[in-house]
Parts: sequence; structure tokens; C-alpha cells
Amino acid sequence: MLVIQQLVNGLMLGGVYVMVAVAFTLIIGMLNFLNFTIPALFMFAAVLMYATMMGQLPFGNDIILSIFGMEYRWVAGVVIALVVVALVSLIIERFTYRYMKAKYGDATEHALPLVSSLGFLIIFEHLVVSTWGSDPLTAVSPFGMGTFSIGTIIFSIPQIVSLFLSLIVVVMLSIMLKATKLGRALRSIAEQPDTAILMGVEVGRIVPIVYVITGLLCAISGVLFTINYSTVDAYVGDTVATVAIAGMVLGGLGNVWGAIVGGLFIGMLEVMSIYIVGADFAKVPIWGLLLLLLVFKPTGLFGHTLIGKGKF
Amino acid sequence: MSGYIEAQLIILCLSIIYAYGIYLPAASGQLNLGAAGFITLGAYASAWFNAGTGVSLPIWSSIILAMIFTGVIAFVISFPILRTRGVYMVLATFAFAEVVSGIAINLEFVGGAAGFPVDGHTDVSIIVPVTILVILFSFYFMSTRLGLALRSIHDDESVSTLFGVNVRTAKVVAFTVGAMLMSLGGSLYGHHYNYIEAQTFNVLLSIYILLYVLMGGTQTAWGPLIGAAFFVVVPEALRQIAESAGLKWLAEGRFILFGVFIVLLMVFRPEGVITRTLQDKIGGGLFGHKRFSSKETVSGR
Repeated sequence: MLVIQQLVNGLMLGGVYVMVAVAFTLIIGMLNFLNFTIPALFMFAAVLMYATMMGQLPFGNDIILSIFGMEYRWVAGVVIALVVVALVSLIIERFTYRYMKAKYGDATEHALPLVSSLGFLIIFEHLVVSTWGSDPLTAVSPFGMGTFSIGTIIFSIPQIVSLFLSLIVVVMLSIMLKATKLGRALRSIAEQPDTAILMGVEVGRIVPIVYVITGLLCAISGVLFTINYSTVDAYVGDTVATVAIAGMVLGGLGNVWGAIVGGLFIGMLEVMSIYIVGADFAKVPIWGLLLLLLVFKPTGLFGHTLIGKGKF
Repeated sequence: MSGYIEAQLIILCLSIIYAYGIYLPAASGQLNLGAAGFITLGAYASAWFNAGTGVSLPIWSSIILAMIFTGVIAFVISFPILRTRGVYMVLATFAFAEVVSGIAINLEFVGGAAGFPVDGHTDVSIIVPVTILVILFSFYFMSTRLGLALRSIHDDESVSTLFGVNVRTAKVVAFTVGAMLMSLGGSLYGHHYNYIEAQTFNVLLSIYILLYVLMGGTQTAWGPLIGAAFFVVVPEALRQIAESAGLKWLAEGRFILFGVFIVLLMVFRPEGVITRTLQDKIGGGLFGHKRFSSKETVSGR
């Protein structure tokens, strides 16, 4: 029974990883680079959510309190986190993709976007450290710790809700990619950017949309992380995002459904390894699996062979 | 020499050694995000050879043994890792570093999660000459036939193959020698601070070292030297300036400024600070000759 409980916990943790993994996989699938600002965006959203809920913003706390009241400050937190992170993501697009595209034709010719995104990671981590300090910040969940149980297995209600929320968002995203005009344009960019331009796809307008979607995915999962796990700090993004990367590779780079399966699986693997071999040793199974996978089957479970070849 | 300058000098020297370790594979276009793994291997192996075996070896021999140990491991894993390319290689080396750190934390005979006290002290009078040797060695390495092969692989791998460069050998040698340099840096770190902990060699360290190299530029052997020097000196100098001028915001936010600088540098000098074109300009100005016209190289490449 304890094993099943652990599996359930892992599935809940996997829900956090799914969205971050999907964010990674979108950027790598569409634009062919590993976006290291994703940990920063995730962390920034989580910290903004904390700060708004606990009245710790650098300014504007009183206004939020007077409009939303103590009870509903979390609504303000969600709105602020989503809007700010989406805007930040647009700024990042300007410096990691658009400029390079304009100057060199192919943004991934150099390791440029990778380095710029690492630069942004440093900026945001230190922005948070200098504003809120580097100690863990503890938020009080507005939804309490409601649980229900089936037999002896305990489910936390906020966690269940977040898991379903994240799955719904991701499923909607994949339907959007499949069925809408925007989705078709996005897939054509992923396949062959130059041909997409020739076919009349406005790459310059659509790439920012990819960034906004990525930003929103990170923001939603960051917000859910704060609500469910209540403790955040400036480096929370690193730990979550690195595991999410493992999930993304497992599912196959550039594949949204792969990222969902990979994210959930890696969440369960993490919790199970902590349960079986202890917290210190839990890194080894996850990263060992990733290493073996990259060497023997780099396309992951459902990946496409062309993505990530010879590029950074 | 005051204690403060000495401490900064040692950090600078270690950063330069690490940077050259990453630079050698990066010169052939292979991005290695696993610096922390090789540093961990070197630091732990050297500390253990030095004190843990029962026969206490002198420091220099334990450092060399650690380099050989790391070299063998790097050689073995280089074959599977170099099968991967581009972003897959970044991820594979990163995963390797995480596995090494996960194992190091759990080996009880090297202290486990509590960290490992290291015997045998190396001070600044050893570290600085070793660093200079590493720099000279890297310049020499890049001037050999193999170094040229690495440069040609960086520019175009298939053309290099057509011209008879053994791409696999060149990459494996660069990866292995780079890992041995990082091991050297790691063991010097351990023997200088006399205490090592796997948690200090984390992903941030790997990221920073990769940044030193990419910011400095992978085209010439000056790149990692300039990049590491810049990364270590500028934040420290900013802190000094902020403290003496009493600017609290600068002291707290100097890394924000630094991140902004990284982004801007990538906008203006995408191939790093030192490129071959720049080297020829400076060299041509100083010594009155150019190896080839700077017009022949496409700017920014």
C-alpha cells in the first residue's frame, strides 16, 4: 500500500515536471535550442506568487490587499505571475532568438541562444536573491491542506487539482498544435523554418507566440508549485528544470505527448528512488537513466530523429 | 601578498585550469556541460590516493594518479558521449556530472554527504606555476597538428573528414585531455581548501565554466584565459567598488549587471571576446604581419 501511496505522490510531483518539460520541448522542437531561461521563468513565477500572497512585493502590496482582500490575494498572485512572466519571456525572445535570426539567418548556428539564456538565468536568480534574499521563502497555501482518501491512499486535493489542471493545459496545447492555423504554422517552423517563410508563414510574428506560450506554461507550473509545496527559493527552478529536462529527453525532444509521459514517469521515478534507495542516492537512477538513454536511444520514446542534430 | 589578493588569485588560477579543460573539446565544437563531474572525480581521487589508501603518497603523485584515473574514465565514456551531438551532448555530459556527484555523495569511504577532509596542502606557490604550465600546454596543444584538426572540426566536420582528419580520434583526445586538466584543477582545489564536498561541484559551476569559455571565445587559446579572468575579476572588482563607494544596490545587484553584460556581449561579439580576426588585427598591429587577410574570414564566424 505504501508503494501505491508513493506512486501517487510521484504522479503529483510529475504534474509539476510535465509543464516545464513541455515548455522545454516546445522551444527545442520549434527553434532548436535548449532554453535555459525556463528554470528562471518557473522560479520567478513561483516567487512572485509567494510574494503577492504574503504581501512581500517590493511595492503595491496595499493596493492588492484593498482590491482583493486577504482571502483572494492568490488570484492577484496568479494574474501577476502569469502576466509578468509572459512579458519577461517576450524580452528574452528579443535577445535570444530575434536578434540572432536577423543578423545571422540561423539563430542556432552558434551556441548563442544557449549562452544568452544562461545570462538571463543569472540575471533572474540574482534579481530574486537581491530582492527576497537567498533563504527559503514559505508561503501559506490559501486552500489549506485538504485531503481525501480511497482506502488507505491519501490524495491531497490541491495536488489533484493541479495535476488535472496541468494535464488539461497541455492537452489543449497539443490540440491547438494539431488543429488550428497557428498550430500548423508552428509545426511548419519546427520542420523547416526557411521553407515556412517561403510558404507565407510569418516567422517573426509567430516565434514570440512560442515564447509567450512557454512563459505561460512555466508561470502556471510555478504558481501551482508555490500552492502545493509552499516553500520556494531563488534556486528552485534549477532543481525542477533539470529533472524536467530528463523527462523531456525520455519522451523525445520536440514531442509534447512524450514530454507528458516523460514528466509523469520521471516524477514517479524520483519519488520511488527516494523511497527505495534514499534521498541522497535518488540522483543516480534519474541521471543514469538519462545518460543511457542519450547514448543508446537519443530520440527517446516518441522523438523525431532530426531534432537537435548538430545544433545547440 | 595580502591574504585577500592571494585568495582571489587562487580562485582565478583554478577557474583558468577548469576553463582550459572545457576549452579543448569546445575548440572542436563539443560543448561539455559536465565540468563539475570531472572536477569531482579529480578532487576525490586525489584526496583518496593521498590519504585514504593507507600508503600516504606525496601530493604530486596523488594528483597525477588522479589525473590518470579521471583520464581513463573520460576516455571510456568519451566513446558513447561523443556519439551524441549538439544539444544531446550538452545533456549527456550534464547527466554524467549528476551521476558522478550522486555517487560521490554516497561513497562512505570518501566521507559521503558529510564531505571529505583532505590532507596535504598546496598553496599559491604551487598553484600559480601549475596554472602557467597549463596555459602554455594548451597553447602548444592548439598549435600542434591535432589542435589544427580540432579547429577544422569546429568549422566543418564533414570537410575535415574528407581531408583525412580522424575526427573520432581528435575528439576523444581533446575530451580526455580536457577531463584530465579539470581533474588537475579539482585536486588542486581539494588540496588547497583541505575539504571537499560533492555539493560544491554543482550544475552552476559547470554552467559558469562553460560560460567562461564561450564568452572568451573558442577560436583561439586566449579565449578561456580572458573569459575566466574576466568572470573572476569583474564581479570582485564591482564588489570592491560598491563597498568603497557605499553603493548598496551595486553590491547586491552586481550579478544582475553581470548577467546583462553576458546578454549584451552575445549581441555584439557572438563568437566570444577573442576571435581569430581580432587576434590577427592585434598581432598584425604589433608585429607587422598577418597570417591571412582578415577579409577572408567571414566576420562573426
